Amino acid sequence: MPKDGGIGASTKRREDLRFLTGNGRYTDDINLRGQLHAYFLRSQVAHGRINAIDSSTAQGMPGVVRVFTGADFEGVGGLPCGWQVTDRFGQPMQEPAHPVLAQGKVRHVGDPIAVVVAESLEQARDAAETIEVDITELPAAVDMKAALAEGAPKVHDDLTSNLCYDWGFVEENKGAVNEAFEKAAHTVSLELVNQRLVANPMEPRVAVGDYDPWNDMSTLYTTSQNPHVIRLLMGAFVLGIPEHKLRVVAPDVGGGFGSKIFHYAEEAFCTFAARKLKKPVKWTASRSEAFISDAQGRDHVTKIELALDADHNFTAIRTETYANMGAYLSTFAPSVPTWLHGTLMAGNYKTPLIYVNVKAVFTNTVPVDAYRGAGRPEATFQLERLVDKAARELGVDPIELRRKNFIQPDQFPYATPVAVEYDTGNYDATMDKMLALSDYAGFAARAEESKKRGKLRGFGIAHYIEACGIAPSNLVGQLGARAGLYESATVRVNATGSISVFTGSHSHGQGHETTFAQVVAEMIGIDAGQVEIVHGDTSNTPMGMGTYGSRSLAVGGSALVRATNKIIDKAKKVAAHLLEASEADIELKDGKFSVAGTDKSVDWAGVTLAAYVPHNYPLENLEPGLEETAFYDPSNFTYPAGAYGCEVEVDPETGKVDVLSFTAADDFGNVVNPMIVEGQVHGGLAQGIGQALLESCTYDENGQLVTGSFMDYAMPRADDVPAYTVDHSCVTPCTHNPLGVKGCGEAGAIGSPPAVVNAVIDALHRGGLTHVSHIDMPLTPSRVWSAMQAK
Amino acid sequence: MTKISMTVNGRSVSAEAEGRTLLVNFLREALELTGTHVGCDTSQCGACVVHVDGKAVKSCTMLAMDAEGASVTTIEGMANADGSLGTIQQAFQDHHGLQCGFCTPGMVMSTAALLAENPKPTEAEVRHYLEGNICRCTGYHNIVKAVLAASGQDVSGMGVAAE
Amino acid sequence: MYNFDFVKPSTLADAVAALAGDEAQALSGGQTLLPTMKQRLNAPATLVSLTGIPELKGVCRDGDTLVIGAATPHAVVAAEAAAHYPALAALAGGIGDPAVRNRGTIGGSLANNDPSACYPSAALASGATIVTNQREIAADDYFVGLFETALHEGEIITSVRFPIPTKAAYAKFNQPASRFALTGAFVAQYASGVRVAITGASEGGVFRWAEAEAALSANFSADALNGLAAPADRMIDDLHGTREYRAHLCGVMTRRAVTAAH
Repeated sequence: MPKDGGIGASTKRREDLRFLTGNGRYTDDINLRGQLHAYFLRSQVAHGRINAIDSSTAQGMPGVVRVFTGADFEGVGGLPCGWQVTDRFGQPMQEPAHPVLAQGKVRHVGDPIAVVVAESLEQARDAAETIEVDITELPAAVDMKAALAEGAPKVHDDLTSNLCYDWGFVEENKGAVNEAFEKAAHTVSLELVNQRLVANPMEPRVAVGDYDPWNDMSTLYTTSQNPHVIRLLMGAFVLGIPEHKLRVVAPDVGGGFGSKIFHYAEEAFCTFAARKLKKPVKWTASRSEAFISDAQGRDHVTKIELALDADHNFTAIRTETYANMGAYLSTFAPSVPTWLHGTLMAGNYKTPLIYVNVKAVFTNTVPVDAYRGAGRPEATFQLERLVDKAARELGVDPIELRRKNFIQPDQFPYATPVAVEYDTGNYDATMDKMLALSDYAGFAARAEESKKRGKLRGFGIAHYIEACGIAPSNLVGQLGARAGLYESATVRVNATGSISVFTGSHSHGQGHETTFAQVVAEMIGIDAGQVEIVHGDTSNTPMGMGTYGSRSLAVGGSALVRATNKIIDKAKKVAAHLLEASEADIELKDGKFSVAGTDKSVDWAGVTLAAYVPHNYPLENLEPGLEETAFYDPSNFTYPAGAYGCEVEVDPETGKVDVLSFTAADDFGNVVNPMIVEGQVHGGLAQGIGQALLESCTYDENGQLVTGSFMDYAMPRADDVPAYTVDHSCVTPCTHNPLGVKGCGEAGAIGSPPAVVNAVIDALHRGGLTHVSHIDMPLTPSRVWSAMQAK
Repeated sequence: MTKISMTVNGRSVSAEAEGRTLLVNFLREALELTGTHVGCDTSQCGACVVHVDGKAVKSCTMLAMDAEGASVTTIEGMANADGSLGTIQQAFQDHHGLQCGFCTPGMVMSTAALLAENPKPTEAEVRHYLEGNICRCTGYHNIVKAVLAASGQDVSGMGVAAE
Repeated sequence: MYNFDFVKPSTLADAVAALAGDEAQALSGGQTLLPTMKQRLNAPATLVSLTGIPELKGVCRDGDTLVIGAATPHAVVAAEAAAHYPALAALAGGIGDPAVRNRGTIGGSLANNDPSACYPSAALASGATIVTNQREIAADDYFVGLFETALHEGEIITSVRFPIPTKAAYAKFNQPASRFALTGAFVAQYASGVRVAITGASEGGVFRWAEAEAALSANFSADALNGLAAPADRMIDDLHGTREYRAHLCGVMTRRAVTAAH
């Protein structure tokens, strides 16, 4: 039984106290003296040429301070893209400019045209309605394949076409893969859509810009997952403000799921306008505005094929995917369908040959970027749907087909044909665990019982692999990343022994304030209450990359371990001096330094006090003080994996799918706080079930968003999902980070969509509806019913 | 601007507001009670739920002037008199019923309303009652667990498979 | 939203006088009107709140009729109509969510006549009478089309009179995002025959399904509807359901309502 507050304990979250009492401090809770409000006038058409903007009436309206348009941003940098993909012909991707406010053209509904800054938000909005924008509407490119056709409307006039890149991976494998298909005993193919989603963290985005002219200091408060990244991108590429004159603060942030990674126009605008007007400028998104200004997720159209030999061994996989970029390249958009998708196409299987082709396409829609899982859900969905379809076509058990092709425990480390090396794993173990926990053996009886009630019951399986903590920096640099992917931590031990940790990771629901303290407390052997975790402010945290891609513990936690080890090393030197012993003989246990084999000891606070009041201290050999910083750059990704089982009941009269149970058996390596890990899985499962059954971001043929609010975009509610059974007792620790951890934030959203869809297809087949081989997500009642009718 | 008076968390308050001032804006801006949140503009997410004269309402869909003279309770009024967490709040912490915390005030206020009218709800009743409160982080499992625990029911078996 | 003057009269007469002003509009629970105003799709100069008028509130039995004050919130109808007209109470208890039910009112719902709202189906299937400050309107004459009713400018619904049926039930299939009715069927059996009203499905708003009424008047059982499908041609076709699907749901929901009514 782990000690409460130490590694392995389900320690209650300390941050909950402020959230549960209404004392959280979110960005919209910040109101600065003299603050002005910004209202963005946005395009109502998907594609148009701006002929003229007349804001003369607005300028004179009550409370209006200034109206900004694209003309005010001439000479100001555009929003940068942080990843350059090289296409299969060795050429860089097409990379269009992304202005803060529209320059000459609007390219999606929601593209900002002008901003009114006024004393109140309603005044700004009143004035914005008087701005006359003369726009010539142009035909819109919406469907990806149509956007690539000859003569299609061009989203960017200065590009050669709407093709951002045509990526092949691994291009050299292509011939061998095609050959394997020619020789195959069986082939199976599937065409599917991984629909566009909206992340919809419950807190809409907010930005508050502030400027202190006496110190020439700009401050941006923003709803970000990575304040240092925003400072770097906005300071260096957009506004030209050096880091020491720019502070970015991401205070309590109400969820992100990827959508708050990216640098947005509104952040740059508020910082820019505050400098111009010498007053704080605040912008708060409404939910409706979030739907047309937050980067969206997924949106792949894929054909995937599998070749098998006569013994049902997988011999090759071939995919062709169209990936929607939207109208501009959001910060990390190009990396999602490539390096976060193609590299995962091996899944848990020892398929020797794989070729992935991805065509990234510009369309007149909101930009698309990483959303919980980012590329990995798309890879997992197509692969796990295809394996299920193969089992059905071959007449074999889908579990056995998976097991037959699993990479075996003795094959690790395992190099896949898509350029990654899995360090550890045991996929049969997670499969066994899931089947036991879900009482798979009792399924047939339950299906029979459903049948008596006129319902169709099905069981769906998916086994996923994911890659977390994208790294190392020197490799991703070769792959086109324009950033490093390390993480940082500063451990400041105070004189009385309390500790302040400054981390480059950022918590927006993940509970770092609790778990990071558990790690430090365990290592030193002190109470977790003595450790404070500080994050989210570039003025006091070391340069770090923030939180996304399930990286915080694997990368940020590793930096924390390294910094704490430096502290312990130095503290041992001090202890050795105080105890008049050799450093090599000093042991640290339960917050006490002792000399091995003796009863001589000094406690933690005794050492820390000596470090800051160095009256008895080896000043000739050692600096006083006790503060260390570490940067950690991982040598590899981590590879969580797991088996997911979903049991559904389909109402044949209405097509409605009820998820009766969901079982997740994950291998996350070691776990610091089981309660928090389980919570992360729960949340991912709800988002995955939401994708499978409810959520869809839909545009009409003119590029108008059809699902622009919660009235039409179906968010999962409490009664849409079951109680989950989650397990993380199958552990193969990561071999290359000090905690042996793998990351758990995205797994639920990656593994669950194929399990749900496989369960529905299983239910229909058991009900005799064997003509239904696939239904595209979301499996709404109408879609399921329609599929059942088609023969 | 008109002066509005009401009782909020047991304290008499008054402040100026326009006709169009929503109750949630009055609470957040005029009274600086920022615990009540705004997560949507179509009355669905429930982050803004407060109690008005004992009934749960969405404060983003009620005019401040319509609450003239009313008794309003917000998340800031839910802790015990000594500042410790109330029963519902404590259950949310004990069972990890919150992650980012943004929907939490509304969840707690809706839970209080549910338990006032149904002191021992079933799991299905809890899930149904919370249909007006959207959470994107927790997948609801631990929220439901927290609500059941706050009602004094045993939740040790929830989501644990019988092996 | 645009700014406006807010008045909250305490008598019907004062409300009627206030609504006679330029660009004045009635506000009941506001659960639809306020979101519309936030989108700036509506710009009244004066909003006249009807929630402070005691005579517009309450549920009371008058012989074979249940009379519901127009400003009575859904939650109150759900609780107080249960003993008299359980199907109506159940419908009220399923509108929106608990917080919406504490504010939204029957009068507001009927005045708005959203094609996916629940109440219009109850009023139409019950042959209810919409009572206003000027006149009484039979439900059959009241629902004109999408968001359109027989109400005149400045006319206020004061109460709704529901003849209590011998058997009735409402079956609703939720639109998964808004949780309004994708298709809802209200079935009510009276001595004079069975009335069936469908909401959520038709481009024309709530409607009576004559074929189902005839079949059920002859034989009040779910089996009586076998083989009967609503005509698909005027059904709503959108992201959440095709025309054919909604036509199909009319049959399914009506059968379920009949079964529940027994």
